[in-house]
Amino acid sequence: MDMRKTFTVAIVGVFLVFTLVGISAAADTIKLGVAGPHSGDLASYGIPTVRAAEIIVKKVNAKGGVMGKQVELLVEDDVCKPEIATNTATKLASEGADVVLGHICSGATKAALGIYKGAKKIAMSPSATNPALTQSGDYPNFYRTIASDDAQAQLEVDFALNNLKAKKIAVLHDKGDYGKGLAEFAKSFLEKDPRAEVVLYEGVTPGAMDYSAVVQKIKQSGADAVIFGGYHPEASKIVSQMRKKKMKTAFVSDDGVKDDTFIKVAGQYAEGVYATGPKDLSSNAMYNEAVEEHRKAYGEDPGAFYPQAYAATLALLNAIEKAGSTDYDALRKALQTNDVDTPLGKIRFDEKGDATGVGFSVYVVKNGKYVEVK
Amino acid sequence: MFWDFDYFMELFLAGLTRGSIYALIALGYTMVYGIIELINFAHGEIYMIGAFTALIVTGVLTLMGWNSVAILFIAAGVAVVYSSAYGYTVEKIAYKPLRNAPRLSALISAIGMSLFLQNYVLLAQTSDFLPFPALIPEFDWLRPWEHIVRSSQVVIYVTTAIVMILLTFMIKFTRIGKAMRAVSQDKAMAMLVGVDVNRVISVTFIVGSATAAIGGVLIASHIGQINFYIGFIAGIKAFVAAVLGGIGSIPGAVLGSLVLGWTESFFTGYISSDYEDVFAFLILVFILIFRPSGILGRAESEKV
Repeated sequence: MDMRKTFTVAIVGVFLVFTLVGISAAADTIKLGVAGPHSGDLASYGIPTVRAAEIIVKKVNAKGGVMGKQVELLVEDDVCKPEIATNTATKLASEGADVVLGHICSGATKAALGIYKGAKKIAMSPSATNPALTQSGDYPNFYRTIASDDAQAQLEVDFALNNLKAKKIAVLHDKGDYGKGLAEFAKSFLEKDPRAEVVLYEGVTPGAMDYSAVVQKIKQSGADAVIFGGYHPEASKIVSQMRKKKMKTAFVSDDGVKDDTFIKVAGQYAEGVYATGPKDLSSNAMYNEAVEEHRKAYGEDPGAFYPQAYAATLALLNAIEKAGSTDYDALRKALQTNDVDTPLGKIRFDEKGDATGVGFSVYVVKNGKYVEVK
Repeated sequence: MFWDFDYFMELFLAGLTRGSIYALIALGYTMVYGIIELINFAHGEIYMIGAFTALIVTGVLTLMGWNSVAILFIAAGVAVVYSSAYGYTVEKIAYKPLRNAPRLSALISAIGMSLFLQNYVLLAQTSDFLPFPALIPEFDWLRPWEHIVRSSQVVIYVTTAIVMILLTFMIKFTRIGKAMRAVSQDKAMAMLVGVDVNRVISVTFIVGSATAAIGGVLIASHIGQINFYIGFIAGIKAFVAAVLGGIGSIPGAVLGSLVLGWTESFFTGYISSDYEDVFAFLILVFILIFRPSGILGRAESEKV
């Protein structure tokens, strides 16, 4: 712990020195603010983002910078606390940060965004997943390179409607935070879509001895697809009982089911089950390169949100280059119209600020293995 | 559309399946309570151990290439023997030394035993869910009704009925059954007339454990998965069923289990599974308000 603290202090110290040097030396630099928890118990969520920014900025500066200007980092700690994040944001804005990479926690991000909005600064988070941040439309200056909490539900619904052409959908969940949250999102997306109706919305009791009654109910509802929010023990029981009843109803579930234990337990009945899960990045050359750079620079594997932060930094610098300025409107336009190659794949941003093509894919069980549905 | 006979039958049979399994477990609770007035909280674990034993036996025999019906019988047999041994041992270790201690001590001992057995299986086996092979074959004669009832359900009903009949026969017409009834009425008097009370208690634990093991094997084969925690949930429900029917009464345990199974099934089917447990416990509350000793329980006045 002490080691880490010392290390954190060292990093912050180094950057403070850089900042001072920067201010005194040249006003003509691109200033990239980096905000997040860099100390305290959540520091492990924030440090990888600082490192990603450092690695990229070093590379970019060695190649002549952005628009011919050197990029300078302004690193500020918000300890993941909303009340501190407002100070952090004010400080970054007054120090003249052109764009901000951050914040990390959803609560802190929300608190800081109002200030950036007033100062006409773009902020891009690698990790804030709260759906409202982009969907409420309150923060047109906010972008993110991570999928929001409801992205899985959205993907499941899109898949059921577009690929499976389901007309009647049963939405089930296990009454837990994770499963019920997902099911609620899925239900609200389905209700907005005229192509399908929700014929059943039910919570099942986790750990119950059997689910025959619920399975009967699914059958009775005439659903052609089930969307289940929850984990694999319940999913495997429900799927097995459905298949033993000779029901061919498609079963679409989430990350909690995209687990090999599910296949092991449900056996032959797992075949053809769909589940969403995080995109597999290991086949992405840029991702592997980014990880390698981190290992070289810090002698260890990168921590949480590193690829997202790497992608966000690239996207921000690319937008500045493409826009040819750090003007707010020009940057927004550049972010929404240009594709960027990142460790997360080729991304761009929609008008709400969510990156397209990041996050989750649909997988299907085929011959006892999850394979990605293309 | 709401009133659909097939749907009603499906729910009825699903409830009967649950109820039958609850009954097989509830018997152990109610018999033990009837004899020594102890709520044996470790009983659910005995059910779980039965299922695990059967899984291990099944794994070995499947490797040797036996056919599934033979495996089912052997696995069930071994599970019964193992579970009975566990039930017997638990009684000797955890309850016998406390027989004359305050009732609360024995109860705490029971809870301790339950946690011990759960964690023992967790450590010795695994915390993961394990697949349990479907040992019960699909019957050809059942094909026309396949959409309503599966053969594993039929096997569960038939087995439960046979176990109930044998048990009733044993208690009514055999020597040991008579001894059991005597001990449950008055332990001291039974001892005075020469009944071996320790033996009667041991037999009670063995019989109760054996029925729980049968339940474990049947439900595991029906559902297709087990883990170390299944005993706890099933045990609690079966305990509720035993109280519902009148703890200490054998027909009461069966009736209570069926009532509980049907309640859960019909409420899930016609109202919502969100409140499955709520309904199950509401029924319990209502019955206990109007018949404090359960549906078939003897209204007993405390001897002062």
